Amino acid sequence: MKSWPHRLVLCCAFATLAPAAHAIEFNQLQLNKSSLSFVSKQMNVPVEGQFKSFRSKLAYDPAKPAAAKAELEIDMASIDAGSKEANDEVAGKAWFNTKAFPVAKFVATSVKPLGGNRLEVAGKMSIKGKTLDLTTPVTVTQQGNAATFDGSLVLKRADYGIGDGIWADFGTVANEVQIKFRLVATAAAAK
Amino acid sequence: MTSHPAAPSPNSSYTFTAIGLHWLIALAIIGSFALGFYMADLPISPQKLRFYSWHKWAGVTIFLCVVLRLGWRLRHRPPELPTGMPAWQRSVASATHVLLYLLMVAVPLSGWLMSSAKGFQTVWFGVLPLPDLLTKNAELGDLLQALHRLLNYSMAAIVFAHLGAALKHHFIDRDDVLARMLPFLRTPSGDTQ
Repeated sequence: MKSWPHRLVLCCAFATLAPAAHAIEFNQLQLNKSSLSFVSKQMNVPVEGQFKSFRSKLAYDPAKPAAAKAELEIDMASIDAGSKEANDEVAGKAWFNTKAFPVAKFVATSVKPLGGNRLEVAGKMSIKGKTLDLTTPVTVTQQGNAATFDGSLVLKRADYGIGDGIWADFGTVANEVQIKFRLVATAAAAK
Repeated sequence: MTSHPAAPSPNSSYTFTAIGLHWLIALAIIGSFALGFYMADLPISPQKLRFYSWHKWAGVTIFLCVVLRLGWRLRHRPPELPTGMPAWQRSVASATHVLLYLLMVAVPLSGWLMSSAKGFQTVWFGVLPLPDLLTKNAELGDLLQALHRLLNYSMAAIVFAHLGAALKHHFIDRDDVLARMLPFLRTPSGDTQ
């Protein structure tokens, strides 16, 4: 009866490994480790900004990336557009009209694995009452109990009517806005 | 003051380079001072962003001209002051010039530092990005803004003293101090009258 203990060991190994290999799901956003920033160009000068408050419903199983779900809600009032003066300005009607549209939202509709740790996430982006298709590459880095989703994309502000009227001219504030995001999610302890 | 018509020496006038830089910098400083004074309290608009950029481009340009001018000055002795000038006036004149040079360097530098601290990089003519010497820090930015303003008002005061002295030399002392910087004031004989 030599194989007996071996089988036992194997069984135990499966019992501990199996959940990790199949059921792990990163779904708890760590806001303090996540960031949502952007760079706009004013007179060709890059100006950094960020949103400090956002929520995300994530569900990512590395074994089934195509089944991943992602939703992001951004509180537009949490913007830091570079200065106090700019923050007051972009809350106004010409820019985000934050009173009427306090939240911007992204809902992923498809996640395509591109090989390696890269994904292509397509979805619907809603800003200022306008919903448009948006696709972004995402790089996933897994470390221990956390997965980091990094991506950057270019968004054209005029597509969403951000910066109307006197700001419509791209000569002072460029149409292209570079968006960078980093979402860190941990796996829920128990499910 | 008894008049001692200075003998026209080979060194009685500034070089054309010095004269050109003096007036170029003078006009640029007056222009960007006026623009800076006007734009600071404007409500935010594309025009304000343009004005700020122009002001910063002008500041960098003036700074470079000042560096050029200082380099030139170190190699080319300025003409002598009129022989009859009292010692205290000579001291005041030299102190005023030293202060003007210091401020011509300090004003653009404070503007550059202020821009960096406020998180708005200076990109010369929208093409050449200057490094940010400071990281973004709103409080430091406000402090440097106050400093930039103070240095500018100091410079304005000294420029008025400089201008007043030049006019006094020309119209009251009737010497050639102003003509050294404005050669067309000279008559062909070399006289300033």
